[in-house]
Amino acid sequence: MNALASMTDTHFILPFHTATEADHPRMGGKCASLSRMIALGAPVPSGFAVSTDAYAAHLAADGLEQAILSELCGLNTADVDDAEARSSRIRALVTGRTMPAGVEAAIRSAYREMSPDDDLPVAVRSSATAEDMPNASFAGQQDTYLWIVGADEVVARVRACWASLFTARAIIYREDHSLGQIDVLMSVAVQEMVDARTAGVAMTLDPINGDRTKIVIDASWGLGESVVSGEITPDNFTVEKVMMQIQKRKIAEKDHETVADTVARRTVERVIEPERRSLPSLSDDEVIAVAQLARQLEKSSGTPQDVEWAIDRQGRLMALQARPETVWSQKKAAPGVFTMGIEGVLGTLLAPLQHKN
Amino acid sequence: MTVKTGFPSAYDLTAPAGAEDWRDLYPYYLLFQDNRRAEEDGKFWFCDSQHWPNPFKPFDAVTVEYAVKCLGQYNTRHYLVPPANGVDFRIHNGYVYMSPVGVAPENIASRVPHFMERAGHYFANWQDLLDRWMVKVKHNIAEMEALTFEDLPEVVPLDWVKDGLGIDNTVPLSETYDKAIQLLYRTWNYHFEFLNLGYAAYLDFFGFLKSQFPTIPDQSIAMMVQGVDSDLFRPDDELKKLAKLAVKLDVAQNLSADSVDRVLAAMDGTEAGRAWVAAWQAAQDPWFNFTSGNGFYSDDKYWIEHLDIPMGYIRDYAARVAAGDEIDRPTARIAAERDRITAEYRDLLDAEAQVAFDGKLGLARTVFPYVENHNFYIEHWSMSVFWRKMRELSAVLHRAGFWENADDMFYLDRNEVRDAIFDLGMGWGVGAAATGPTYWPAEIGRRKAILTALQSTPPQPALNTPPEVITEPFTIMLWGITTDAVKKWLSGDGDGTRLEGMAASPGVVEGKARVIRSANDLGQIEDGEILVTPVTAPSWAPVFGKIKATVTDIGGMMSHAAIVCREYGLPAVTGTGTASSSIKTGQMLRVNGTTGEVTILSAA
Repeated sequence: MNALASMTDTHFILPFHTATEADHPRMGGKCASLSRMIALGAPVPSGFAVSTDAYAAHLAADGLEQAILSELCGLNTADVDDAEARSSRIRALVTGRTMPAGVEAAIRSAYREMSPDDDLPVAVRSSATAEDMPNASFAGQQDTYLWIVGADEVVARVRACWASLFTARAIIYREDHSLGQIDVLMSVAVQEMVDARTAGVAMTLDPINGDRTKIVIDASWGLGESVVSGEITPDNFTVEKVMMQIQKRKIAEKDHETVADTVARRTVERVIEPERRSLPSLSDDEVIAVAQLARQLEKSSGTPQDVEWAIDRQGRLMALQARPETVWSQKKAAPGVFTMGIEGVLGTLLAPLQHKN
Repeated sequence: MTVKTGFPSAYDLTAPAGAEDWRDLYPYYLLFQDNRRAEEDGKFWFCDSQHWPNPFKPFDAVTVEYAVKCLGQYNTRHYLVPPANGVDFRIHNGYVYMSPVGVAPENIASRVPHFMERAGHYFANWQDLLDRWMVKVKHNIAEMEALTFEDLPEVVPLDWVKDGLGIDNTVPLSETYDKAIQLLYRTWNYHFEFLNLGYAAYLDFFGFLKSQFPTIPDQSIAMMVQGVDSDLFRPDDELKKLAKLAVKLDVAQNLSADSVDRVLAAMDGTEAGRAWVAAWQAAQDPWFNFTSGNGFYSDDKYWIEHLDIPMGYIRDYAARVAAGDEIDRPTARIAAERDRITAEYRDLLDAEAQVAFDGKLGLARTVFPYVENHNFYIEHWSMSVFWRKMRELSAVLHRAGFWENADDMFYLDRNEVRDAIFDLGMGWGVGAAATGPTYWPAEIGRRKAILTALQSTPPQPALNTPPEVITEPFTIMLWGITTDAVKKWLSGDGDGTRLEGMAASPGVVEGKARVIRSANDLGQIEDGEILVTPVTAPSWAPVFGKIKATVTDIGGMMSHAAIVCREYGLPAVTGTGTASSSIKTGQMLRVNGTTGEVTILSAA
């Protein structure tokens, strides 16, 4: 990046590999997590955040903010049909306006750095700021666009992500919780697509019982979308975290997968050929590699993690996303009553021992 | 396949052909007596083939009765372990069966204050009492070492007569025998002074971790507690030192001579060689009081009497050193791994549980070195001296014509030996022929045939109906006998290509099986093979440098095979029940010490 570009671009674009902790508030949770993972040495596909400054600049240009606010004037959250109508008008406003020239130029320039030939497939995802994510389920409302190719498409999808802040559900939620409708800012992640052979999620505890000695991995063929969305039953592996031993393997019958259609430049869902359906989507070595990646992220963040990962067709493992596990981590363990020393030994001798396995 | 719900009664188990009279070999109180049938059949007995894998000679029953009796006394009479008395035991068809004795529920509470005071004193003064233990045991060994058995002279020595001693030579002979038996009895008293408490403290840490992490692998817990250095590994370390010294002094070529005497003669030719011989001799006491057996059998071979065994190992080690191999145990790596595992599990606990973790781990680590170290001082060193002295006595009686082979005395039980000594002394005193020379050879021949017949049949894993759940702490800890293990014995195996046992030491390897039934066959093991055996002894250490993995029939997480394999970083699956009979030498195996599975991949 030349000096002039950096002066003009720096607020709008924050590359994952150079962003610092100070930049994180302007990158949204997802981008900040990617940036942190890179700083920790985890393999992460390259990319950049279109910062909240870029979104703010878009809102500020040509009275867009006022136009949105007037569309929301007199909103009655009980009237869902009305909210839907308002939502689609606002989203048309957000996607219909051209971006401020500096913002668009910055996005194009950042994409060109990744893809001089304008042909690198990327994922464009919204990366909400933390204040906008009161709970995990709300985060899922914002959009993700996969296999986007070319700067024009990237720019269009960035706008579409911004617009996703104004779904009817999001509008109603903010209204009901007295959050300002345009105080919530959004960043957008633009990240190199991984042509995943196998992908999935890894949790650094057992989601069934909160057992922190386990890493539980769901994996299936193709991109991770089918696993994350719960469309298919994935392969399921349980790894003992400290010893890094695979303790359980449940290999599922996986009937379809989401893969890249590199010609049509999109993802497609396709039926998996019968002979591959019941094969494990991860080798034992790969299970351990995924578990080690998840463990590394858990250790450095200090809390249990929920990691999305993928293995590309060259066999390279990448972390796509990591966020704190939210269910068990927030449960306070029942205060333990521990007897120590000889009292402890006595208790052990007196309590009928369950058989060990 | 029908699943059995119980095991046969001892009273319905017939002896193998040719062994019908086996009951003559052992004392009455170790047998299932007909008039106690109702009582005996009401108990669950499991076979202890971990310590006594083969039928034993009548004299060797002394190790069973002293060891298991002394184990019991500490629970029952020293510490009053509230829920557990000792372990009752019987011999049947040459094998030992055990049945733990619980305390009636109504009597448990009243034992608690006694336990707190008595066992509490030991936990509070562990190191001090252990120092005293070491003094006692070494003194006991020295007393045994000082015993001598000599042929009766033609006449009482003249100075005895002139000094007015007023006794003949049969008095010290019989007294020395009695003294040896008493010292042996003390040995086994000392053996259990710390052991039960040590296991109990380990069990407390174990139970705590299982309560925090219900599926934590047993081996993780063992690895956190296990010491990196133990006196048990010293003998093998001495051999390695001697091998390295031979290479360093450039005298290793002498090791290839075909006998120990020739090696020593070759060494004697040079200054460097003599320096090596000095080191070789210095290492022997006490470290060659080490057996490739387990110390419970009179025919266990101790290095100090079979110097060809350690010399052979030194030769192998020296060849590896010369080839540039690292022969030392990876102690630094094992210590680092232990620290890593400990820190990582600790990190997963909340602050309160971390405090408990630290305390319980601290206690477990305080007591655990004894669990490992005692084995050298008792089973190896003390028993080495005891068996050596008994062989001296057997040779005296052999020379007096009592039996055909120098070691035949072990076909007599310990009280019969006393009788034989008197018989000898009676003939000598009277000036007539003793009866023994005309009585024992035939009787010993009969007993040998019985023992051979007993050895042809493996033991039943257990007798009678097992309890629904095994809760007895010592059964689980010392013998690795769990509810699951008993279920597996009952269900048998599927197609015979897969065995399950305890995941005793992590890792997965494939290799050729070598089935070893006796320590005397250890020489058959070739580099890179997988050792398959009823049970190992820690003294098999030198072969652990050659093998890839170990599979045993019996033993838990703290069995010798498990401890040594973890120490050597080799995969181990213990307690498979039947590996040594269902696997054949030469078969390709996959041993998964992480999951406890053994797969037979191909025929021999």
